[in-house]
Amino acid sequence: MAIAIWQAVREWRPMRGSVGEPRGRGQGGIRWRRGVVKTPTGAAGLVMVTALLVLSVAGPVFWSGAARAMNTEAIMLGSSSAHPLGTDALGRDILARLLVATRLSALTAVGSVAVGALAGIALGSLPAMLGRRAARATAALIELLLAFPPLLLMIFLGLVTGGGTGGAVIAFAGAMAPSFARLTQTLTLSVTRSDYVASARMLGVSRPRLVVRHVLPNIAEPLLVNLSIAVGMAFMAISGLSFLGMGVRSPDYDWGQLLNEGLTRIYDTPAAALGPGVAIVFAGVAFQLLGEGAIGAQADRRPARPDDPAPILASKPSVAGGDRGSATVRAENLQVSFPAAEGVLTPVRGVNLTVAPGEILGIVGESGCGKTLTGLALTGLVPEPGVVRATRLEVLGQDPRGLSPRQARALLGRHTAMVFQNPGTAMNPVLRVGSQLAETAVVHHGMSRRAAGARAVDRLRAAAVPAPERRARQFPHQLSGGTQQRAVIAMGLMGEARLLIADEPTTALDVTVQRQVLALLRDVNSTTGASIVLVSHDIAVVAETCHRVVVMYAGLVVEDLPVDVLRSGPAHPYTRALLACALDMTGVRDRRLPTIPGRPPGPGERFPGCPFVSRCGHAGERCATEPPAMEELGRGHRVACWHPRTGAP
Amino acid sequence: MFAARRFARLVVLLSILVTASFGLMHLVPGDPVRAALGPEATAAQVAQRTSELGLDRPLPDQFLDYLSGLPAGDLGTSLVSGQRVGDIVVAGLPNTLTLAGLAFLVVVAVAVPVGLLAAIHTRGDRHRRGALAFTSGTGLLAVVPEFVLAAGLVATFAVGLRLVPVAGAGGPDSYVLPVLSLAAAPAAMLARIVRAEALRELGQDYVRTARAKRLPARLLYVRHVLPNALTSALTICGMLIPGLVMGTVLVEKVFAWPGLGSAITESVLQKDYPVAQAMVLLLGALVLTSNLVVDLVLARLDPRPALTEA
Repeated sequence: MAIAIWQAVREWRPMRGSVGEPRGRGQGGIRWRRGVVKTPTGAAGLVMVTALLVLSVAGPVFWSGAARAMNTEAIMLGSSSAHPLGTDALGRDILARLLVATRLSALTAVGSVAVGALAGIALGSLPAMLGRRAARATAALIELLLAFPPLLLMIFLGLVTGGGTGGAVIAFAGAMAPSFARLTQTLTLSVTRSDYVASARMLGVSRPRLVVRHVLPNIAEPLLVNLSIAVGMAFMAISGLSFLGMGVRSPDYDWGQLLNEGLTRIYDTPAAALGPGVAIVFAGVAFQLLGEGAIGAQADRRPARPDDPAPILASKPSVAGGDRGSATVRAENLQVSFPAAEGVLTPVRGVNLTVAPGEILGIVGESGCGKTLTGLALTGLVPEPGVVRATRLEVLGQDPRGLSPRQARALLGRHTAMVFQNPGTAMNPVLRVGSQLAETAVVHHGMSRRAAGARAVDRLRAAAVPAPERRARQFPHQLSGGTQQRAVIAMGLMGEARLLIADEPTTALDVTVQRQVLALLRDVNSTTGASIVLVSHDIAVVAETCHRVVVMYAGLVVEDLPVDVLRSGPAHPYTRALLACALDMTGVRDRRLPTIPGRPPGPGERFPGCPFVSRCGHAGERCATEPPAMEELGRGHRVACWHPRTGAP
Repeated sequence: MFAARRFARLVVLLSILVTASFGLMHLVPGDPVRAALGPEATAAQVAQRTSELGLDRPLPDQFLDYLSGLPAGDLGTSLVSGQRVGDIVVAGLPNTLTLAGLAFLVVVAVAVPVGLLAAIHTRGDRHRRGALAFTSGTGLLAVVPEFVLAAGLVATFAVGLRLVPVAGAGGPDSYVLPVLSLAAAPAAMLARIVRAEALRELGQDYVRTARAKRLPARLLYVRHVLPNALTSALTICGMLIPGLVMGTVLVEKVFAWPGLGSAITESVLQKDYPVAQAMVLLLGALVLTSNLVVDLVLARLDPRPALTEA
């Protein structure tokens, strides 16, 4: 019983927010009922509740004769076909009494919830109706009542009322009321803050009228869900009171009292106790399912599985990138797709790229172009339920998809590192910075805790973190944004990384710190010889830091070029447009800010030709119908465009 | 600062509790002494007992008496047996605390690993059937009231299989069924919550960072995910304690357990109000104090300042 009530209080929380758009009176109930039947749990609950309802009406009609018939020759009989649950001390059939007791159990449960909910809703809507001071006092009263456990309130009220059927009803109602008050208060508050209530108030609608006409209809749905669950709780709680002897008393009887009687003879006739027990659980489950079904009806639809993979696009494998044999990364036709409600999404549609040892490669593009997922796919970190496909994928000579966890730890754990954006959330909030760095060295390099801790401080120093000893002992939230980002980079420097993938490492930082962090990355590259993949939406950042740049658009690589070509004159209209935006921001201010009009195709869309065609100023007929392949323009410079540009941008 | 505010709150709540428990006997309709002594007692007997208990004195005096008795553990005298209420408490409290404490340990020891494992196996929409089985199984178990479960367990394991004693507090085996019936529903509930919290944490950025470090699964889940999932789950643990303490009232009745729960049930049935009011006071104080302890422990465990400010 205690848990039952406690749980009722708890279950209400997640539903507080589910206040819908404004609607008229009565519609909430209708929508709720339809939704419930759709979910299997809700349908099962509805069937069980209906059965209870029918039984509570019909039970006394059909079986009250058998329940009352005393038989001195059949006293305290065990289970038999005539008396499945046995007979009681007066020879009455216990099953018949159980069926008859459904009505009283249901009446007390529904009655006490009605009383408790009415009191609670009234109390909870008072703050919205009263003036500021009275509202505050009411809110404080609700807070105070909630501080006491419902069962304590229930026992207290049971004592004061002296028990009995009425006492039990009042006791449970009183235990429940504060929770209903809080629920109503929270829901009401969210509605009264909405625009339509504000406008009604401006029109001069009085506060009580506002609550009754506008607020209550809008919070009816979550209240109904909670009422359903509360009725289930009431069945169990009032049975519990009767079981203790504090509720329904002889000559009346409910399930709890029958359980109490049955328990005294659990040795010879366990069925006499189990029957009422099953009935109580049945009622509890019925209303719980109904309530959960109503919650489930609001949940999302099930998304489709990616069993229909997008076809691998025909495009030529990479020919640039220098020495093919020893490349740090080689990806051909890399695709990443996700299941979604509206079909399979493919944010990465076929990327070719190569990273040479010691090279800093920039991946640049607008947000949503697939650059981050490309970085994650290289290290086998695409989140579930994403699927990675490629005709060829090699990182440090191995395909990360085929590695066992142990091999992945040995290869990727030791030799690759990721630096994520949002350094504030990228570190574990409850672990100290130093120990988060040190664990890599302990796990992958077999260092002792002490040695790893010392290395962590050393690496923080290498990443130009001021006062590294002190920082190592602090928690992430105690560091500034720039220091957090340095610490995350230092994390990537713990091992002997040969490949560092940095995803927007400077986005959250101001310009000065941004420059320092980029200088740090270049420094790491020149001192350790590690290859770096720098993922950024900022072409200026990439141009400043990288040796070579890959431009992505709508999940495809549109241009792959050395950084000096990027400065002197890229060939793809999209690259040139990106550059124009960046130049304008750093240079001349009096011109209108050039943005690229239109938007790229979404990850679920298919397009027959060039993805950029709708935003391109140089598009011809062919661009809309035929996808351009990557063609070599110069040394290490390839572009996928039917009309490549030449000359300075 | 946080601790001081919480402590002040506790003091306010406790003083309300003390006043309410004192008021209990005076709120009862009719004469409590007459109700306790029964209809056969003469008017003189009732009057004598009333003056013995000091119930004929002015209300403020009685309240002051009540208050001054509390620090010394003087909770009054039973109307029925004439026993000092303090003695009843001393006899019953250890039994109740052992029961509730063991149940709490079982809840945490079972629910946390089960919830975490369930989260790991059903993350990212894997094993949809397993997730459904887990939520419906725990959901069902969570709504079974402890006294019904206790009756079922007694019928099966004590009466049917004769594995453990039917009732009473004795050897270790006598604890099995009471603790089990007390712990089952909260454990199911907590396991559900731990799973939900762990699933949420698994989607956080720091988990991606930890994955990128290629930590072994044990380190990833136990060192990184678990502490974060637990800080929110611990709040729920705190809410479990009142349920467990109060649940003993019902479970003790099923198992004829010699604890405070049995004392409260008997006192109510016999209208022994001094005992009943002491029990309300004691259980209430136990719950409120344990809530404070949980709040303070939580504030200590989570280094983030946001939690303590809330």
